[in-house]
Amino acid sequence: MDKKVVSGYLKNITAIMVVYAIVFYLIQIKVINNYYNGILILAGIYIIVAASLNLATGYLGQLALGHAGFMAIGAYTAALFAIAVDLPKYVELVAGLILGGLMAGIFGLIIGIPALRLRGDYLGIVTLGFGEIIRIALLNLPFTGGAAGLKGIPRYVNFTEIYFLVVVVIAFLFAFIRSRHGRAILSIKEDEIAAESVGIPTTFYKVYGFVVSAFIAGVGGGALGFYQRILDPKKFNFMFSVEFFIIVVLGGMGSITGTIIAALALAFINEFLYSIDELRLVFYALTLIILMIFKPDGLLGRKEFSLIKLLNRFSKKTKIENAD
Amino acid sequence: MSLLKTEHIGMTFGGLKAVSDFSIEIKENELVGLIGPNGAGKTTIFNMLTGVYAPTEGKVLLGETVVNGKKPYQIVNLGLGRTFQNIRLFKGLTVLDNIKIAFHKDMSYTTLSAVFRGKKFWKEEKEIEIKARELLGLFNMEADAGALSSNLPYGKQRKLEICRALATNPKLLLLDEPAAGMNPQETKELMETIAFIREKFKVSILLIEHDMSLVMGICERIVVIDYGRMIAAGTPAEIKSNEKVIGAYLGQ
Repeated sequence: MDKKVVSGYLKNITAIMVVYAIVFYLIQIKVINNYYNGILILAGIYIIVAASLNLATGYLGQLALGHAGFMAIGAYTAALFAIAVDLPKYVELVAGLILGGLMAGIFGLIIGIPALRLRGDYLGIVTLGFGEIIRIALLNLPFTGGAAGLKGIPRYVNFTEIYFLVVVVIAFLFAFIRSRHGRAILSIKEDEIAAESVGIPTTFYKVYGFVVSAFIAGVGGGALGFYQRILDPKKFNFMFSVEFFIIVVLGGMGSITGTIIAALALAFINEFLYSIDELRLVFYALTLIILMIFKPDGLLGRKEFSLIKLLNRFSKKTKIENAD
Repeated sequence: MSLLKTEHIGMTFGGLKAVSDFSIEIKENELVGLIGPNGAGKTTIFNMLTGVYAPTEGKVLLGETVVNGKKPYQIVNLGLGRTFQNIRLFKGLTVLDNIKIAFHKDMSYTTLSAVFRGKKFWKEEKEIEIKARELLGLFNMEADAGALSSNLPYGKQRKLEICRALATNPKLLLLDEPAAGMNPQETKELMETIAFIREKFKVSILLIEHDMSLVMGICERIVVIDYGRMIAAGTPAEIKSNEKVIGAYLGQ
């Protein structure tokens, strides 16, 4: 590791801690009240799940419309685990989230192996059907609480927990994508035949990317359960999956920072639109149409916002000014 | 020793026999041309050799290994690289990333090492960064390393595709119509590039081509097929005067 990399890490970590400290302080002095705090936490969960969907759709290039299903699996697994055992808070939280992610990953593997032979809209239909199957199953299984919902989940997730969970997930995704595995995944989206012809085991990486995506969606679902304290199968419907899809498209397929911005924006807009719920979908459609006309690649396209680059540009500018 | 040997391979699509009874042997450091009229089955043969199709008859041997039914990426790892008739680059990625992807099999760090940025990750990433830039340098493309591959001019895109195939460290390189869409000047440069590759990388090359000046100019041996069957094989001079070949191209 050279010095530049280390200093880059340090800058990013500092920025992360500063943002955390500011928001935490604002919550403490009630400038951000409970209502907005709740929206922030939901936005964090949106970021996690939408980023995971971006891995499958934006980077791997597979149309996945069932991420609410993976989320539901993760949420119910984590919640049932936390209800069943009696351990210290953070042990239960971390173990619950990992278990939820693993369970979602296993389901991702089971449907990924056959489904990823399909392409485009066919894969979309299979994943959509999968999401619906999960929802119906959760309604009817004996241990999920059925339509009345699963109650009595401990509240383990607050602003601090979700903030650092988002940081971990985003850091993981960045590191994953900028590696040989990530490059293999990107090459599949670009041209599967060419990828195979330069020695990439495409089937393996398609399934692998999809399973990782499902795992993270499951973790996001687990966090949702630990925040809401009640899980209702009706929430994990097709429209929920589509919401994440909209976030990915808005932010830019293949841009994680774009996803973060879009998820934050949509979480707040969503709340303000609750009073006119029936117009919410009209608003989504309109936003997408406008975006497709003016910025078809999404807000950031495939670019990433980089603090280091911004700082470098800034310091260069000041140097030039000083020289003058 | 032969690098590639096919024994009576054939390919049937339903009732259509695209290729039948095709046998060829390629030795080390040879340059062989595969020609034939449109629809003769040249690309089908390429697809059988590279594992896109499994031949319905016969055997394909790469060195000592039978590669029938192996996946394309496994065949690449056995030392067979290829380019495509319509250029297939990773268009949305940079020139450098295009090459780095082809070095995938040379790296062995795990996902865990990648996520935690372990020692092995930095070491291997640094190695392929250097190797990729060296390779681009050999083709005078180092200055384009950071450019999006779709923004390159046509001739350079062809070159990059060849470069990417070489990054997989092949013993045998299959070029599918490398001169397609090139003007005479670019074709001339391509001939020089091909000669350079043979010299520098010690690879054998099998190429499909319609541009006769290129085929006749550089190939040592030419195989002609028509309607899925081999109709002639020999040196360029022999092929030029072969009546069957003239018949196939001009009609009897």
